[in-house]
Amino acid sequence: MLCVRRFGTRKYKWSHDMDVAGENWEVERIMSRYERSRENLIPILQDVQDHLSYLPQEAIEEVAAYLDLSENDIFGVATFYAQFRFHPPGDHHIKVCQGTACHVRGSGLILESLMRKIGIGPGETTDDRKYSLERVACFGSCALAPVVVVDDKVYGRMTSKKTEKLIEESK
Amino acid sequence: MNFEKIREKARSEWDRFSRAGETRILVGSATCGRAAGALEVMNAFREELAKRSADKNVELVQVGCLGLCFAEVLVEVMAVDGCRVLYQGVEPRMVPELVESHVIEGRPVTSHALAVMGGPALDGVPVFDELPMISRQVRIVLRNCGIIDPTNIDHYIARGGYSGLARVVGMNPDEIVEEVKASGLRGRGGAGFSTGQKWSFARNAAGDRKYVICNADEGDPGAFMDRSVLEGDPHAVLEGLVIAGYAIGAEQGYVYCRAEYPLAIERIELAIGQMKDKGFLGQKILGSEFNFDIKIKKGAGAFVCGEETALMQSIEGKRGMPRSRPPFPAISGLFAKPTNINNVETLASVSAILEKGADWYAAYGTEKSRGTKTFALAGKISRTGLIEVPMGISLRTIIEEIGGGVPDGREFKAVQTGGPSGGCIPAALLDIPVDYENLASAGSIMGSGGMIVIDNESCMVDVARYFLTFTENESCGKCVPCRMGTQHLLRMLTDICEGRGTPEYIDRLRLIGDTVKRTSLCGLGQTAPNPVLTTLRHFEDEYLVHIEHGKCPAGVCRELISFRIDQEKCTGCRACVQVCPVEAIVGAKKKPHQINQEVCIRCGSCRQACKFGSVIVE
Repeated sequence: MLCVRRFGTRKYKWSHDMDVAGENWEVERIMSRYERSRENLIPILQDVQDHLSYLPQEAIEEVAAYLDLSENDIFGVATFYAQFRFHPPGDHHIKVCQGTACHVRGSGLILESLMRKIGIGPGETTDDRKYSLERVACFGSCALAPVVVVDDKVYGRMTSKKTEKLIEESK
Repeated sequence: MNFEKIREKARSEWDRFSRAGETRILVGSATCGRAAGALEVMNAFREELAKRSADKNVELVQVGCLGLCFAEVLVEVMAVDGCRVLYQGVEPRMVPELVESHVIEGRPVTSHALAVMGGPALDGVPVFDELPMISRQVRIVLRNCGIIDPTNIDHYIARGGYSGLARVVGMNPDEIVEEVKASGLRGRGGAGFSTGQKWSFARNAAGDRKYVICNADEGDPGAFMDRSVLEGDPHAVLEGLVIAGYAIGAEQGYVYCRAEYPLAIERIELAIGQMKDKGFLGQKILGSEFNFDIKIKKGAGAFVCGEETALMQSIEGKRGMPRSRPPFPAISGLFAKPTNINNVETLASVSAILEKGADWYAAYGTEKSRGTKTFALAGKISRTGLIEVPMGISLRTIIEEIGGGVPDGREFKAVQTGGPSGGCIPAALLDIPVDYENLASAGSIMGSGGMIVIDNESCMVDVARYFLTFTENESCGKCVPCRMGTQHLLRMLTDICEGRGTPEYIDRLRLIGDTVKRTSLCGLGQTAPNPVLTTLRHFEDEYLVHIEHGKCPAGVCRELISFRIDQEKCTGCRACVQVCPVEAIVGAKKKPHQINQEVCIRCGSCRQACKFGSVIVE
C-alpha cells in the first residue's frame, strides 16, 4: 500500500520507503513479523512507535488493512493507552515522574520549573522540536525520588536546579 | 539432561562464583541503582582495573537490588582472601581508592563500608544480617535479589531454583493445589484472595484450553517490589508461573509487564530463552508429558490494566476496560477460556513454597495472613528501599526500626499504604499488626505493598487530591460511578485546597465516596475514594481548617499560604535569590531579604534552599 499523503506541518515526510534517522523503514516490514491476529495489535503499534517515535495516521491505516480492522477501532485502542503518541516528540523527550513518593518530595516544583524553562506544558513539544515534556505516573524508582527521565535515562534525587542543568547540557 | 545433572552443573558454577581465591566485584544495577549512577560506577571499575592490568583476574558482575536503596550505588567487593565488604554511596571518583586499597592490597576501605557480607564484623563495620534494616526481615520472595547474577540461570538453580518444578511435574495436580492451599498464601496483588482456592477454580473449570497469566502491571505509584524481583530474580517468578500452568492444566502462559519497566522485560526475555535451553519450557518438560510456553505482553500505560479482566482485554488487543463478574476469569477469562491470573510476588512465593513445602511457609505470619510480604518504603523516611517482613509485624517496627523513622527531625504524620486504592494511617494506629484484616479495619488496604511515609510538611487534603487526580485520570470511563464520582470528588478537593470549600463539602465527600465505593464496576473505582475517606476519618481537622479558616496548616496549598522572610534570622546569603524562579526576592547582599508578595508564586523553592530556616510559611 502506497501512502504519500497530507503532511502539512509534520516533521517527517511519509513515503513507501520512509527514511527516519537514516534507516529505511517500512510499516510492512514490521508487520510481517506478526501474525494477522488482533492479539498482535498493541505489539505492532508499540513496534511502529519504537521506529517512528509516534503513530502517524498513515501507519494506522496500514495496520488497519493488515489486521483487517477499522481505523476507528485502532484509534479507539491507541488513544486508550497513555503510551501512544500521535505527534512526533522533540529531539529530547523529558519525562517527570509524578508518583506518590516523587510528589511528596517535590516533583511538582521540578515540573513547574521545567515548564517555565522550556515554555511548554506536559504533552507538548517546543516549536523548534527540540524538547517535549511528559508527566508520568511512576517509574518504580521511588526510593530515589524525585525522578526525571531524559531520553530513557533515569536520573534520581533530582532538584529543579539539577534538572535545569541537565536540560542545558543536553542541548 | 535430567534435573540432577543440571543441578550438579549449576552448583559447581555457583561454587566457583562464591568461593574465595578470586576477586569479584558485584555492582547493584537494577533500575534504581542505575538511576543513582551504577553503570557509571561499573565503567569506572572497568577502566581502573584495565589501567592496573588487573582486569583479567577480577570478575565484574551486575547484580539485582538488595533493597537498601537509600545507600545506592551499592558495590560488594570480594577480595582474594574471601573478605566480602559492601560499600555504600559509591561514586566513580571513589573507585580508584577501592581498587587500590581493597582489590590490590586487600585492605577494606572502612570509611565507605556499609556492612561485611557473610563474615565477622570488621573495624566497626557491622555484619550485613545485623544491619537495622535487615535484621527484622525474612527474605523469601527476595531470596536471591542482589545476591545472584540475574542473567545466570545456574545461580538460581544452585540456590534451590527449579527443584520445586522438578518435584511437581509428575505429581497429581490436585496435590499441588492442595499444597498451595495449605501454605495459606493469599494473592499479593492487593485483594488477598487465597491462591490455592483460585487455582482450584481454574483447575476444575471445563475447557480444552486454559491460560495462566503473571500480572506484572505494577501501576501503583510508589510501588516497585515487582520490578525489583523481575530485575533481580526473574526465574523465581517464571518458575512459579510454570508450576501454576501445570497445576491448572494450561499450556500457555503470559507475562503482562508494564512498558515503563524496560530492564525487567529484557531480563524476562533472557530468562525465557535460558529456560528453553534447559528444558524447563517447551515440549515434554523435564521428561514429563507436560508442555508449556510463555509469551511476554508489554502494557501500554493504563493503570486500570492491573485489574484482571481489563488486563485480559488488553492482551486480546482491545481497550483495557474491565467487565462485570461473574463469569470469573477462572471460568471464562482470556479468549473466553478458563484463566488463572497471579501477581509477580505471589508467583515468586509459589516457587519457594513448592521447593520447601507448605508447612515451612505457613510457619511465618499470622493465622489468617501466612508468610511474608514485601513493601516498598519511600517518601519521608530515612532508609528508603525494599523490604520483606513476616505478616503480623507492626507498622511501627517497619517505619521506625527498619526504615529508621522520619529524617531531619521532622514529625511523622501518616503512612500511606496500598497506593491510590489504599489509605492514610495516622500515628495513633502505628501499633497495628500488618495483615490484610488489620489494614482493612484501619480503612486502608494491603495493596501491592507501596508504603509512603508522610511528615508534617505534607498536607493531607493535598495528598487526597493527588490520589484523586491520579484515579480520575486513570478511570477508564466505562461505569458512571467511577467516571463521574472521581470527577466530583476531585473538584471538591480542589475547591478545598484553593479556599472555595464550604462546610457541606465534608458530608458530600463522604456520601459520594461511599457511593463510588459501593457501586463501581471494578477494583479501581471501588477503592478510589479510600484516600479521601481515610484522610477524612483521621484528619478531618485539617479539612476544617482549610474550609473554615482558609489556611493550610502544613503550608502546602498555595492559594492559602504566603511566604515571608524572618528579618532576624536571614543572613543575606542569597541562596533564596538564586533559586527563586520569578525573581520575587529582593535585598542587598549580607542584609536581610524580603519577598515581593505581588510577584511571588508561592512555589516554596526559597524555603527549601534556606539553610537558616528563615523562610516562614503562613
